[in-house]
Amino acid sequence: MSNETLVQVEHLTRYYSLTCAVNDVSFELAKGEVMGFLGPNGAGKSSTMQMITGNLAPSGGKIAIAGRDLLDRPRQAKQAIGYLPERPPVYRELTVNEYLQYCARLNRIPRKQISKAVGKATERCNLGEVGRRLIGNLSKGFQQRVGIAQAIIHNPAVVILDEPTVGLDPIQIREIRSLICELGREHGIILSTHILPEVQATCNRVQIIHRGKLVFSDSTAGMTQQLTTNSMLAVFQNTPPRDQLLQINGVDRVESLEDGRTRIHYKDTDPAEAVVEQAVSRGWRLTELTPERRTLEQIFIELTCSEPAPLESAA
Amino acid sequence: MIFTIAARELRSLFLSPLAWSILAVTLFILAYLFLSQIEGYVTLQPRLAAMDNAPGVADIVVAPLLADAAIVLLLVTPLVTMRVLSEERRNGTISLLFSAPVSMTGIVVGKYLGVLTFFLILLGLLALMPLSLLAGTELDLGKLAAGMLGLTLVVAAFVAIGVYMSSLTEQPTVAAVTTFGLLLLLWIIDWAGNTNLEASSTLAHLSMLRHYEPMLKGLFISTDVVYYLLVIALFIGFSIRRLDATRLQP
Repeated sequence: MSNETLVQVEHLTRYYSLTCAVNDVSFELAKGEVMGFLGPNGAGKSSTMQMITGNLAPSGGKIAIAGRDLLDRPRQAKQAIGYLPERPPVYRELTVNEYLQYCARLNRIPRKQISKAVGKATERCNLGEVGRRLIGNLSKGFQQRVGIAQAIIHNPAVVILDEPTVGLDPIQIREIRSLICELGREHGIILSTHILPEVQATCNRVQIIHRGKLVFSDSTAGMTQQLTTNSMLAVFQNTPPRDQLLQINGVDRVESLEDGRTRIHYKDTDPAEAVVEQAVSRGWRLTELTPERRTLEQIFIELTCSEPAPLESAA
Repeated sequence: MIFTIAARELRSLFLSPLAWSILAVTLFILAYLFLSQIEGYVTLQPRLAAMDNAPGVADIVVAPLLADAAIVLLLVTPLVTMRVLSEERRNGTISLLFSAPVSMTGIVVGKYLGVLTFFLILLGLLALMPLSLLAGTELDLGKLAAGMLGLTLVVAAFVAIGVYMSSLTEQPTVAAVTTFGLLLLLWIIDWAGNTNLEASSTLAHLSMLRHYEPMLKGLFISTDVVYYLLVIALFIGFSIRRLDATRLQP
């Protein structure tokens, strides 16, 4: 994985009259990274993406795409961006092939390479069979895929997808996810979504934005560590005495749950192996032992719901 | 890049029934006017033959036809220009252009040229009507050329105003109404100052009609041409600024 920085966002701020939609957001995206952008509705995801793609002027801050400043050299910067907005920007009266050819020309693909680029994009998004059909007659899922094809047609360094899997059926979602993973190898990808498992399935970085502020930013690996908690659930047929469990090295606290299971909290060392050993030698008849994990959803809810709503939101 | 956008615009126009119906209806009405002018000319002909230095076909048939054509186009232009930018904004397709490596100027000029090309096709078909007179009579081609140039400039100015109005709103119908209102106002603006000579001369300078009339008589005055070019440049400039501003404000 190279460390080439593709997107550099510094102190990005955007006001809608007095409402601050994006507040001092800074982050970087390197080549080979797939970044999931999470947040509740109205958190500023789409505004941030619109600013990175030049659809919205920031109130303050700096954006550089592949080392080119978006405000000073918009043309060069935009050449490196592929963008799929919330609503796919398709012309209903054109056929898929016509539309993609138009997009290819808009993105300054040399005339001779246009048909090749269109062919590659249709193949990648599985649009081959609908190439000659009018976009207006296609289903939402196909329109969405045409939108994705449009975003990747000029092989941009950065691909920005605003909720790419909305309106797709489960099979298409899987295809799009694998497409995103494939693209993620050579490009930098930012995708926003509400679907949390999608982030775990496709992204190697996660950012959570809430009320315009970045509240969480970590790699998926780092996030997995955050997700592991220091506890495990055990089911014993012969429930052992509490003090015997507490004697095991590392065990901090033992909790008996109502459904007959036992939650074992531990510190520093993972006592799983010792618990199993003891269970065998003392005949506790251990039938189940699961490490507990928090889900991304829990982190998300903790971060976005923990603080009490400020007073001004009532107005 | 400009031509890519212009070509798409023109293509989309012809993919919708709107362009075809506008071509059909406009040409039908203009053909009717043309035929009634010829009818009038035929009844006048015995008296004209007796006159010295009588007005020719170009004065009696072509000039009124082109004068009427300007009015018909004033009614029709808003219908074609209304959706040019507003619909892109409403459907969100404008973000395709915004995130592509194209400047605002490229977008606006491309759109403008696309719609203008449609009207040039319409004018080309219109020009065939007077030219068909060549089969039976002599025609003052200089006067016809001046008139057609005048009409082209008038329509080019109409389209520029229409594109600007379309950039102001996301509702195509609102764009159509405001375009029509502004065009009509600019057409008749000199009627107001009939009693006050000083005001009327200022208003006459603003009137599109006053700059068009000399060309129908075959007078090619450079201030008239400059007037139209200024209107076109001004409203295209406004549109570019306006489109740029849509990114600034919510």
